[in-house]
Amino acid sequence: MKPAGSPALFHQTVAALAAQLEARQLSAVELMRAVIARTEAVEERVQAFNSHDAADALAQAAASDARRAAGQARGPLDGIPVGLKDVIAVEGQPLTASSRMLANFVSPYDGTAARKLKAAGAVCWGRLNLDEFAMGSSTENSAFRTTRNPWDLERVPGGSSGGSAAAVAAGEAIVSFGSDTGGSIRQPAALCGIVGMKPTYGLVSRYGLIAFASSLDQIGPFARTVEDAAIALGAVAGHDPLDSTSVPVEVPDYRAELAKRRGPWKLGIPKEYFGAGLDPEVGAAVEAAIGHYRKLGCQVREISLPHTKYAVGAYYIIATAECSSNLSRYDGIRYGHRAAGAKDVVDLYFQSRAEGFGAEVKRRIILGTYVLSSGYYDAYYLRAQKVRTLIRRDFLEAYKEVDAILTPTSPTPAFKRGEKAADPLAMYLSDTYTIGVNLAGLPGLSLPCGFTRDGLPIGLQIIGQPFAEAELLAIAQAYERDHDWVGRHPEL
Amino acid sequence: MSQVPDLDLDQVARLARIALTPEEKARFSAQLGDVIAYIALLKEVDVSGVEPTAHAFPVSNVWAEDVAQPGLPVEAALRNAPARRDNLIAVPKVVE
Repeated sequence: MKPAGSPALFHQTVAALAAQLEARQLSAVELMRAVIARTEAVEERVQAFNSHDAADALAQAAASDARRAAGQARGPLDGIPVGLKDVIAVEGQPLTASSRMLANFVSPYDGTAARKLKAAGAVCWGRLNLDEFAMGSSTENSAFRTTRNPWDLERVPGGSSGGSAAAVAAGEAIVSFGSDTGGSIRQPAALCGIVGMKPTYGLVSRYGLIAFASSLDQIGPFARTVEDAAIALGAVAGHDPLDSTSVPVEVPDYRAELAKRRGPWKLGIPKEYFGAGLDPEVGAAVEAAIGHYRKLGCQVREISLPHTKYAVGAYYIIATAECSSNLSRYDGIRYGHRAAGAKDVVDLYFQSRAEGFGAEVKRRIILGTYVLSSGYYDAYYLRAQKVRTLIRRDFLEAYKEVDAILTPTSPTPAFKRGEKAADPLAMYLSDTYTIGVNLAGLPGLSLPCGFTRDGLPIGLQIIGQPFAEAELLAIAQAYERDHDWVGRHPEL
Repeated sequence: MSQVPDLDLDQVARLARIALTPEEKARFSAQLGDVIAYIALLKEVDVSGVEPTAHAFPVSNVWAEDVAQPGLPVEAALRNAPARRDNLIAVPKVVE
């Protein structure tokens, strides 16, 4: 029996649903049907998905039920509908990167994340919208649709993984995965009022993730609770010989670790993250969260990350340089969009790329080509990599004194659609608080810490030490446990 | 919006193999001018004696055993090709 007043199936957590599946109070097919019905009811307004295949999802759910009936259930994700950002390869499913370039591309193989999710029994449900090739902070750069923020349909869900965040917030998936190069998981999680986590660089394999900036990209989960994020992360983490940057570390049972880690922790507050540009309501909510950690007995101290103001600049050199190289593969020859009527093969490259890429992708390829071009390499790219060393050093220096760092995730709550679309620099600056974490390769998590007077979610970012995801999750849960933001859902 | 004197957009777009329309050139020139002016901030950092970081956690000398692994079947590998003939990808004539 479902207790009275418990939320609709599509708003429940993995932990709660897994318990019902385990107890045979619920079947995976029933759950999938509820999520499909919810998606049909709200998707026209939310626009989180590029595509989804209800029949295929129901078949996966039926296979999960059959496994469970045979006593071969594979753990808490078995039968759970998991949405995937449309840059994560699943064999036989579209893989578009929300780009005209890959509008008709169907993945011929499973990436490692998909392979592991399938091994965990998850139902791979739908292809979630993003800023084209994960370049953007609002999901307005998609070639196909503009995803809306479920809390206010006139506002953006953040980006680039806006579809992944909106789907979980709206009840169109139970958990989802995105990718984070400069904040693309944490910022949309904050703007949509859910938990989002970027793991330490190298913890999750990038094999089968469409590359944007290879030294920064990481796959990570979106979830309603910290516990669900722990379950989802555990399913995809671990060394993979198919990704040479994957780091061979032991992956603990993150969910089991939660109960063992109770603090109190030493927490650092970087003064550079609380200056001009921080929305006062966001600042107040984050201060209140910091106050809560003090009440829990944590030692909270101000710290300094002196190179913070250079992070966005270094990022837009390094990320665009890497993207200009990675996206050279889209040449209209082997796969992807090919322009008609090209006069020779070189013209085919120029025209296919002109037609296949949107404005932001072109801008970044051009900027990246410029900073790598002869005569500018030392002034831009090499210097940015040295600044990256200094940024990383700032964090490692801070970790001699503190266990983790607390900051706002985004300087503002969700902004209006169109507000920053014509001003790329303003859009880039909305990633000010998340970008340093990618440059330093650290794990970062955003969790809800309140709402503005207008009812928009606010996110608290917790930055952890390298490969200390278990500790990071436990710190987040210590706050979450004492608040009821998780119980709030957008009216749709 | 600022212009950057040393950004030759035609030359860089040529290197990047992207054909730009006149409207794109005008817009990108102004927008990239702003961005390049912003990233010039990095010039004030003292980086003398600092090693560059390419990856936060460099893993060096990653070798795989030299053992054949199953690859994609030809049909799967060619499924996304824009034009094909027999088991080949068709392209415009490269050599006259």
